[in-house]
Amino acid sequence: MIALAPDPIDPAALLADFTRGATGAGAIVSFSGIVRPDGGVRELWLDHHEFLALAAFEAIESAARERFAVANVTIVHRIGSVGPGEPIVFVAAAATHRRAAFDAVDFAMDRLKTGVPLWKRETRSDGSHWIDARAADHEDAARWTEYHG
Amino acid sequence: MKLRFFGRLRDAVADELEVEVPPHVEDSEQLRVWLGREHPALLDSAVKIALDDRILVAPATLAGASEVAFLPPVSGG
Repeated sequence: MIALAPDPIDPAALLADFTRGATGAGAIVSFSGIVRPDGGVRELWLDHHEFLALAAFEAIESAARERFAVANVTIVHRIGSVGPGEPIVFVAAAATHRRAAFDAVDFAMDRLKTGVPLWKRETRSDGSHWIDARAADHEDAARWTEYHG
Repeated sequence: MKLRFFGRLRDAVADELEVEVPPHVEDSEQLRVWLGREHPALLDSAVKIALDDRILVAPATLAGASEVAFLPPVSGG
């Protein structure tokens, strides 16, 4: 499943749904990204291009399934206003064995940091500013370029 | 032609603009340069252009296109 969520997401409920749908899997791995409650951030606002973001998520999902031979991948990403301590992204993968599931989730997260048309704007007490992808995010994404599973 | 802007370009340019593109502006890069005279943020080569929901990897003709999106470097996750 691929979704852009305008309202708060519940990773436990998403994982329960995903697990129910992953019949026959021997391993399920999930990742929840949370807006860090440090540094005085009051709000993150996630801008998105709906068509291109969904297309990018679909491409990541199918690449992860093909590359790591995982049966199911789900990606749910918040859009709009997200507060400190709130989940911003949920990714899960189900596979026969654990390594493929771990790798698929790791791969999907690295790709979605740098390859999906989403833009974060952070609001602190001194105002708002747009956030750039970190150099480390690009290095993480590049880890998979030469990887052939 | 409808123009849409995302991320920091919303502040630097606008959320959306409706423009009449002059005849000498025939492709996506000429559009970037034409708009860039008033909105220099668009001249940054890191800003990608999507024509009718297709991200361009090379300049493309504007003929027949109805919407152009300007996409700054992304920051999801």
